[in-house]
Amino acid sequence: MTAVITKPGALIYDGVDWDYDTIKRVYDAIEHIALNEMGLNVYPNQIEVITAEQMLDAYSSIGMPLMYKHWSFGKHFARDEMLYRKGYRGLAYEIVINSSPCISYIMEENTMTMQTLVIAHAAFGHNHFFKNNQLFQQWTDAEGILDYLEFAKTYINQCEERYGYAAVERVLDAAHALMSQGVHKYPKKRTLDLRLEQKRERERQEYQEQTFNDLWRTVPRPAAGQRPPKSVSERKKLLGLPEENILYFLEKKAPRLEHWQRELLRIVRHISQYFYPQKQTKVMNEGCATFVHYQIMSRLHETGQISEGAFLEFLHSHTSVVFQPEFDDKRFSGINPYALGFAMMQDIVRIAEQPTDEDRQYFPDLAGRGDGMAAVREAWANFRDESFILQYLSPHLMRKLKLFSVRDDAEDPYLLVDHIHNERGYRSLRKMLARQYDLGFLEPDIQIVDVDLAGDRKLILHHRVTNGVLLDESDAKAVLRHIANLWGYEVQLVEVSAVSDAILKEHAVTAPSGVSG
Amino acid sequence: MNIIDRRLNPQGKSLANRQRFLRRAKEQVVKAVRDASGKRGIQDLENGEKVTIAAGGVREPSFHRSGSGGVRDYVVPGNKEYVEGDTIPRPEGGGGGRGNEGSADGEGEDDFRFVLSRDEFLDIFLEDLELPDLVKQKVKQTESHTLTRAGYSVSGSPANLSLVRTMRNSLSRRIALRRPKPAEIAELEALLREAEEAGEDPERLQELRQELERQILRSKRIPFIDPIDVRYNRFDTVPKPIAQAVMFCLMDVSGSMTEHMKDLAKRFFMLLFLFLKRRYGAVDIVFIRHTHEAKEVDEETFFYSAETGGTVVSTALEEMRKVIEERYPPQDWNIYAAQASDGDNMSSDNAKSAALLRDVIVPYCQYFAYIEVAAEHNMGLSALGRETELWRTYKQVQGPDRPLAMRRVRSRREIFPVFRDLFARDKAGA
Repeated sequence: MTAVITKPGALIYDGVDWDYDTIKRVYDAIEHIALNEMGLNVYPNQIEVITAEQMLDAYSSIGMPLMYKHWSFGKHFARDEMLYRKGYRGLAYEIVINSSPCISYIMEENTMTMQTLVIAHAAFGHNHFFKNNQLFQQWTDAEGILDYLEFAKTYINQCEERYGYAAVERVLDAAHALMSQGVHKYPKKRTLDLRLEQKRERERQEYQEQTFNDLWRTVPRPAAGQRPPKSVSERKKLLGLPEENILYFLEKKAPRLEHWQRELLRIVRHISQYFYPQKQTKVMNEGCATFVHYQIMSRLHETGQISEGAFLEFLHSHTSVVFQPEFDDKRFSGINPYALGFAMMQDIVRIAEQPTDEDRQYFPDLAGRGDGMAAVREAWANFRDESFILQYLSPHLMRKLKLFSVRDDAEDPYLLVDHIHNERGYRSLRKMLARQYDLGFLEPDIQIVDVDLAGDRKLILHHRVTNGVLLDESDAKAVLRHIANLWGYEVQLVEVSAVSDAILKEHAVTAPSGVSG
Repeated sequence: MNIIDRRLNPQGKSLANRQRFLRRAKEQVVKAVRDASGKRGIQDLENGEKVTIAAGGVREPSFHRSGSGGVRDYVVPGNKEYVEGDTIPRPEGGGGGRGNEGSADGEGEDDFRFVLSRDEFLDIFLEDLELPDLVKQKVKQTESHTLTRAGYSVSGSPANLSLVRTMRNSLSRRIALRRPKPAEIAELEALLREAEEAGEDPERLQELRQELERQILRSKRIPFIDPIDVRYNRFDTVPKPIAQAVMFCLMDVSGSMTEHMKDLAKRFFMLLFLFLKRRYGAVDIVFIRHTHEAKEVDEETFFYSAETGGTVVSTALEEMRKVIEERYPPQDWNIYAAQASDGDNMSSDNAKSAALLRDVIVPYCQYFAYIEVAAEHNMGLSALGRETELWRTYKQVQGPDRPLAMRRVRSRREIFPVFRDLFARDKAGA
């Protein structure tokens, strides 16, 4: 076999078995390509070899190497373990953690080619994305996350010892139910540091001195002690309402929580916030990693560092990863983020390097600018799924995937094909697909709108209903029950039409017994 | 880059989570286990069990949109023939290939299935069961001594040497007797060498030499570790009080017992055996089987060997009495008995059996359980209230202060409930 290959360079490994020396060699070869040829910028890497059971473990604790203890993780473990043992489901080849150093788990039973693929995919693809994407830079602290989890685990353990399992579980259950309502979607105003504070103070004073007018002193004031009752809007403003981060609001404002309970809410909220960027960048993150591993493996093959057999094995698993079944296929379960992401990355390179006239028309800035790698790196740094699709999905790719849109109106007896991949439909399709990845649109818009702390303390939430799709009733009721447990008083959820402000449905949960009074 | 091998990390990291999950789902798991145990053979009890519980109690709710109603738009790949404005009949089951926007975790209201390990299964199955009235706490002479630490001694085996104590003694002795440290001697030597090289006056040299000699001698005379320093950890043996219990298993293996009945009886005893083995390490078990004559046998014979003959119940009771009087004096032992029979007995023996039971056996026993096995098709007769000879006999003996329990078992399905019923903790002593 080696005699046939005339390309320069020697194989960096041969056969399926791996050992640490080979992994090291492969890592160095990949690193060379990734950093020098592709211009990636990564956190230091740490590769950990684990067994299947440990992989299941990592699965159930949402992929983190350390996690506090909760029954829901046990539940997921029990289910995943059974599915795995019965052969219904395979295991992921790798898990990667957004931390510095970036930890990639690889399974011991992978072949050497799979290990190579996994290192290229996780240790360079995902790693580069974590380090460079603006969402991750803005929202997550890669250096601190493991320390924080360590703290969370210890703290929750201590709480369990001090206050009992049941009490801790009660709070954690409620917090988990509100996890997706526990993120700040926009950065909060940063608190100023002392110097800035002083500066602002000085500026205000100067302004006052400049505009001083003695006349104001003579204007009569309302008598002290007779403050008019606060208006509703004033009350809301004091409480920071409306507030969509329900966990945050409860942590700060719930009247009956103990200090440790607030801390538990805070922990869950932080973890939820940490994963928020990942939820928004599924397509891009996987697209980036898949694109990177494909480039690297191809380069390794081109330079004769891996054998034909290894490359074929790689192609086999690569194609099954990026396989996109069509809508009428039995295997169809939505759009495969790997497939869409990978196809878009390749498309960007194509547009940048070999554009067609159509591309020039749709992407005047991008088309023909050359250096496709730089173009995708820019995309990885600056976008999230929604804006990425809106910006980069080309008519060429829509035709390739044969995308079309369907409108399902519960009032009509049939489904309507709205747009297809033709001149008239490209822009609408792109907009609609982008919307499918917009978390702000996907997740119901639920906000805390009012509470009268001086009155009955009833917490009122609004769900702004888009397209007439209401909340799932039994789940909504269960979550409200959890909110009531934390809040301590009555909770009401009103579903309001976003179009007409009409009230569509109301759910209410009374104060938890034994707590109120 | 670092490569870390985590494979050797402690296994079972998720055990704590699993225990929390089982505790959380306890009610449902217990129910599922009870259901499952009715269906399986006792041999299978040794294996784990796949249980299915309703997802209700372990559901993780979240705010999400419902799966139906309203207007939804989907973008899907793979258009073949559609053009704008085409209509498609609504697929069955709410949009087969239409993506699943609504439920993110795809779990819905399905039942939740997972596998319990054997230990977990037995734990849950045998939970709340207890041998009633373990009252006679006796210290057994021959068994069960534990070692406890009891300070230090000056003699003992080298394995018990207490290094810390020994070194502490040695150190204090060395300080008290002012044994020179090696460093001090080295210092003197250096001083002497220096003085020799510098050619100081001989008197001073002589002085130094003597001093060095004295110190070396001293360090030789005062050993680093002296036998008087040595200490050993001392252990005392303490007798551990244990509740002594013996369980008698009595079974009729006569010809009137059909295979089905024997099977039922065996299953019952197997279950009992499993329960006792698991719950009480120190329970003696005596197997007695009888036809028209009774014999004490070992476990293997009791369960698996065949025998035929007439039925005289009193022989078994007699044998039991003999064994009790020979080996298990009632004042020292908690005695339990379970008897399985089809209810047949020689009519001439009934009076004798009743007397034996009333006057001897039951007074000896903490608890006597009588299981009557019947043919499955026999249901009609018993339903009419016809009682077997032995049942009637035993019923006479039953009294408020006599710990005698009687149950009927007709099919395999009933064994587990009856067993639970007999040994349920709250019923103990009934």
